[in-house]
Amino acid sequence: MKGDFFEMKMKKTLLTTLALAFAFSLAACGNNDNNSNAGSNNSSSGAAVSGQVIAVGSSALQPLAQGVADKFMAEDAYKNVSVTVQAGGSGTGLSQVSDGQADIGNSDIFAEEKLDADKSAELIDHKVAVVAMAAVVHKDVGVDNLTKQQLVDIFTGKATNWKDVGGADQAIVIVNRPSSSGTRATFEAFALGTKTEDLQGSIQEDSSGTVKKLVAETPGAIGYLALSYLDDSIVALNYEGVEPTTDNVTTNAYPVWAYEHMYTKGEPSAAAKAYLDYIMSDAVQNGDVVEQGFVPVSSMKVDRDAEGNVTNK
Amino acid sequence: MNLPVTNKQGGPPGKSGKWGKHVIEEARGRAFVYFCVLLMVVTIFSIVFFIASRGLTPFISQGVSVKDMLFGLKWKPEGNPPLFGALPFLFGSFVTSVLAALIAAPLGFCASIFMTEIMPKFGRTALQPAIELLAGIPSVVYGFVGLSVVVPFLRDVFPGQGIGILAGAIVLSVMILPTVTTIGTDALRSLPSGLKEGSYALGATRWQTIYRLILPTALPSLLTGVVLGIARAFGEALAVQMVIGNAPHIPRSLFESATTLTSIITLEMGNTTSGSLHNNALWSLALILLLMTFLFVFVVRMLERRVKR
Repeated sequence: MKGDFFEMKMKKTLLTTLALAFAFSLAACGNNDNNSNAGSNNSSSGAAVSGQVIAVGSSALQPLAQGVADKFMAEDAYKNVSVTVQAGGSGTGLSQVSDGQADIGNSDIFAEEKLDADKSAELIDHKVAVVAMAAVVHKDVGVDNLTKQQLVDIFTGKATNWKDVGGADQAIVIVNRPSSSGTRATFEAFALGTKTEDLQGSIQEDSSGTVKKLVAETPGAIGYLALSYLDDSIVALNYEGVEPTTDNVTTNAYPVWAYEHMYTKGEPSAAAKAYLDYIMSDAVQNGDVVEQGFVPVSSMKVDRDAEGNVTNK
Repeated sequence: MNLPVTNKQGGPPGKSGKWGKHVIEEARGRAFVYFCVLLMVVTIFSIVFFIASRGLTPFISQGVSVKDMLFGLKWKPEGNPPLFGALPFLFGSFVTSVLAALIAAPLGFCASIFMTEIMPKFGRTALQPAIELLAGIPSVVYGFVGLSVVVPFLRDVFPGQGIGILAGAIVLSVMILPTVTTIGTDALRSLPSGLKEGSYALGATRWQTIYRLILPTALPSLLTGVVLGIARAFGEALAVQMVIGNAPHIPRSLFESATTLTSIITLEMGNTTSGSLHNNALWSLALILLLMTFLFVFVVRMLERRVKR
């Protein structure tokens, strides 16, 4: 009897392995094909662009990249281009584009922050959007503004009750992101100004949907979300008295924002370049980018480099 | 594993010098089966090799000691100096899986007894398919149900955040119930019927027969089901990650955020670049998981040996 069970299991494993091996070999072939395709097309300039583009990385950027890719492939001029967008995290995106497994690496953070200097030097940065984040709290905590120091106190565990920062008598529950996440890196760099540790009893979730659900349901919860996730179920906090709005982000009056990057290794292939140009076009920047809660790069009145230095444009 | 090929020997070439049809069929079948087995063996070994080569790097060349990883309490991969104490994850994985098995085992045993001894017909036609259906539900659905039903319930009833080891164990117990029940039912069905009849002939009641005779006789098989259930619970990632909270600390209660080996891997792997120390340390955790799986298989084998004796 149990022999049967094991045999069944083994057969299943074998089938899965076979399927996987098959899929991998296919993927590998596909990859090679598209590179040569894109290359040959590059030389015969003028003809319609064709080829395959694989974009991997940031799950925060994934919905926008996918939405734009669908529209892009529906355009007549680009009907021979196929764009595949995969999530997997900024780190995965950066290492895959650096190793040449992906054509585009999506990232929430500058490559310099994750990769070695010589590897990041090979990558070309395309800033396609700006994402801003707001600290969000459960609606009963009785706070609508926090200063930087108060946020630091909360996220380092110095303040453990909302009455410490002028709210209701309610224990604080931190709903954080994993310590390696790009979203967390942005929040720590521009809202807290310091790295924090995962505290005993704090919650770490990777998905924005889960963070929102937990903050909305757990009494005393605080977390942070991209502006596109804000709605009535949670309360978005002002930061140092500044409201998290698009206008305040463009002037850097509200500083908790970051670029969404699409990295290519060296100059992009013709197909990848067409896709990147399409994302940067005014129609997409003022259309999809805004609709999905991002801020168009062109509307930013300031620049920020990898070290965090802000300059007026 | 018994290969079906061995029962028929390939005959010598036909007298005319041609190969007979049955010989060619035989050879073709044998080649196919050998190829599949070879592919399987190669796959298994390359997986083990890959995980081991990545997972051992932190210990060999990146200055992390095995002791620090197995018994360290602090997980600060981005810290300075980086710390890789995985004890909180080991603790979380063990407690959650064992707790899940403790919840699932009595339920599974009872269901098995019900399906074989009490209402065999209803059990086979209705209950068994229903329980097997549980095995087909994707784990993300379990996780979401856990987050939407179990966590709020625990938050309202007990002090704490609702999220934590108990929430994870409850979700896992439902997930491993099919494993425990199916194996238990098979074991009970395969008991010789003379055993029961003898017991009834001596005047034992049904309860006495079940409690004193059937359960002890089938116990090693039932435990096999439980161990396989624990193995599955140990390896489950997504559903647990959604309800356990993922704080890299040993929790002070069952209702406080904790982490398992699998959830820390899925949570952080995507955010690290391959080759970095942090990434390799996650592979070390994967290696630990793999070794645990070997251990579970070993335990199952031991139990099976007891069944045969």
